[in-house]
Amino acid sequence: MGRFNQGSLVVSSSPHIMDNVNTTRIMLDVLIALIPAFIMSGFIFGPRALLLTITCIAACVVFEAGFQYLIKKDSTITDLSAVLTGTLLGFNLPSSLPFWMAVVGSFVAIVVVKQIFGGIGQNFANPAITARIVLLVSFATPMTTWPLPNQLLGTVDAVTGATPLGILNMGTDLAALPSNMDLFLGYVGGSLGETSAIALLLGGIYLIWRKVIEPSIPLAFIGTVFIFALLTGQDPIFHIFAGGVMLGAFFMATDYVTSPRLTSGKIIFGIGCGLLTMVIRLYGSYPEGVSFAILLMNILTPQIDMLLRRRTYGGVKI
Amino acid sequence: MSIFSKHLPAVHVEHHKYTADSPTEKMPVPDKVYISMAQHIGAPCQPKVAVGDLVKVGQVIGDTEAFVSAPIHSSVSGKVTAIEKNLTMSGIWDLIVTIATDKKQEVLEGLAPPQVDDKDSFIKAVRASGLVGLGGAAFPTHIKFNPKNLDEVDSFIINGAECEPYLTADYRTMMENSELLVNGLKNILKYLKIKRGIIGIESNKAPAINKLRAMVKDTPEIEVMELKAVYPQGGERVLIYETTGREIPIGKLPADIGAIVSNISSVVALETYIETGMPLIAKKVTVAGNAIRTPKNIEAPIGTQVNQLIEFCGGYKRIPRKLIMGGPMMGAAIYDDGMTVNKNTSGILAFDEESASVPKETSCINCGRCIRTCPMLLMPALLAKAYEAKDVEQLQKLNVALCMECGCCSYVCPAKKQLSFTNKLGKRLVMEGGKK
Repeated sequence: MGRFNQGSLVVSSSPHIMDNVNTTRIMLDVLIALIPAFIMSGFIFGPRALLLTITCIAACVVFEAGFQYLIKKDSTITDLSAVLTGTLLGFNLPSSLPFWMAVVGSFVAIVVVKQIFGGIGQNFANPAITARIVLLVSFATPMTTWPLPNQLLGTVDAVTGATPLGILNMGTDLAALPSNMDLFLGYVGGSLGETSAIALLLGGIYLIWRKVIEPSIPLAFIGTVFIFALLTGQDPIFHIFAGGVMLGAFFMATDYVTSPRLTSGKIIFGIGCGLLTMVIRLYGSYPEGVSFAILLMNILTPQIDMLLRRRTYGGVKI
Repeated sequence: MSIFSKHLPAVHVEHHKYTADSPTEKMPVPDKVYISMAQHIGAPCQPKVAVGDLVKVGQVIGDTEAFVSAPIHSSVSGKVTAIEKNLTMSGIWDLIVTIATDKKQEVLEGLAPPQVDDKDSFIKAVRASGLVGLGGAAFPTHIKFNPKNLDEVDSFIINGAECEPYLTADYRTMMENSELLVNGLKNILKYLKIKRGIIGIESNKAPAINKLRAMVKDTPEIEVMELKAVYPQGGERVLIYETTGREIPIGKLPADIGAIVSNISSVVALETYIETGMPLIAKKVTVAGNAIRTPKNIEAPIGTQVNQLIEFCGGYKRIPRKLIMGGPMMGAAIYDDGMTVNKNTSGILAFDEESASVPKETSCINCGRCIRTCPMLLMPALLAKAYEAKDVEQLQKLNVALCMECGCCSYVCPAKKQLSFTNKLGKRLVMEGGKK
């Protein structure tokens, strides 16, 4: 009865309009949120820090594209998730780490943790965190040699020293602990992207404002660290600004794929991350525990998801 | 419905209500109308006319003895030229009565207001009016208004949310037929003996809220309630929750929790019949979308073809690539503009190439947006996985039957997964008992 040739009209299921948020836009937002910390890493640890992060990004993108080419899958590098993994991995390394080790880490993150399990959305653990732990276990000395800040024109032989948590862990020279203001700004030893709490907070607020993340995980994570420190007679401000708590709470623990889906699960996940971090910091032999805490909670995520029930409209628990 | 909010989850969609201030235009009677005999949920009607018969406006041309049904009336005067089988847009065959119009619009002799003095005569009148749920569901109204436990019903809720983007026909009805609306509601409350009448309207329709509030200020049993302008505020379960705070338990009907919901246009159509005897023969339809030259609200005889309405709007401005019957969130894409306006048609949308393109699906990243957005508090991401695995047990456990296909999950999905569609398929799979 009509005037249209067959096939000239698109027939698809409703809805016929969609929100303009897509995976690429989400990844881009997280990358934008990481820009302040990236710039600060350059100020604090010098141009080599920037170069190391860029190396990780390039290696991650090349590994992703190369692996997908080899297994004849469509390339997903345009969704920017490999760029994000590279950035986060870079941020978790000491700025003096040899470049080839960073490339090894990128291989672990993209090929071993992400692609072999099926690519984006399928990995059970956060690729950047797992890669960092693999590097820490494999190359213990270079991964725990911390260049000190203000080496603006620093060379590879720059002055090194302990991180604030390292000082606390050894417990011998507590007077050498930096002020909380230095911690807040980030002028302390540590992984190149984790030290500047202010820069990471800015990024975290941006993510919450853009509704990329819910505040539940960061609040539960940081809150637990704060309360744990308070209860054990530690300086809570020191503990939330030191080490990887800010980077971990806002950018690593909030990884969608490896954190629980319901808000209640996210709170449990955040509390778990905070508890494990503090237990490792105070009672373990490693000075810092954020990476291990997040990895362990990643592994528990399916169990958290399975145990939690949701009450639907009409009163059925699913 | 988190612990911090007494509202169900919803999405903020752009309203695009460009035709809100366009008064309804009555379109000229087309040369031919094609009236479907299956315009409601339930048993289709049998034609009561034969080829060659002369028919008048308001004459019954289709009816059936089956309980779940409503009669169908001629929207025009003219001559029946064909009664043929035709494939509807929902993929079933039904009978179409074709009437060549004489353009005189002669009304059936003896058409008079019905005798209504109690509940039974009222319900009889509801059926005789041909009324079905005009909001889209097309469930025969005389059944909905007469549940077994009518004495337990204390709230009659009129759905004036019109939460679908683009559509403004209900809004125009509220503005142009407010007398009929209020009188219709008063009659419903009177004959069905229901204590309270609620008209729920989204806050983006302030003139309608103000107008109706002024009209019922001396009628304490009727309340005009302002709703947040979010989608899907007009879903039956959502509307009941937002206006009364009640939830319909699984497997129950609105009447079981004391509520009956009806659409704005339905109440107006009913009151028109009560006052004049003219049954449901025309429909107010919003014709809009970026491929339409002049979007309008049109009153069209039932059985008018989509292309006639679009011509009345000046035709296409751009090459149309998608035609939708209904709103953009729940409407059905049609493959042909020869489809007709039925009782439950509320909108016709035409979109150009760019708006019609269906984005490519990518992998689920477990972001949880669909879960946070589902007004029924389901978990669409998990339902999709269960459907992919053809896991009927899991689909049932996740309560797929509760999905109302509002489309919120698909709307928010950053991976552009057609989650709402998957749920539709999942429901069918469960009904078929999971035959692989």
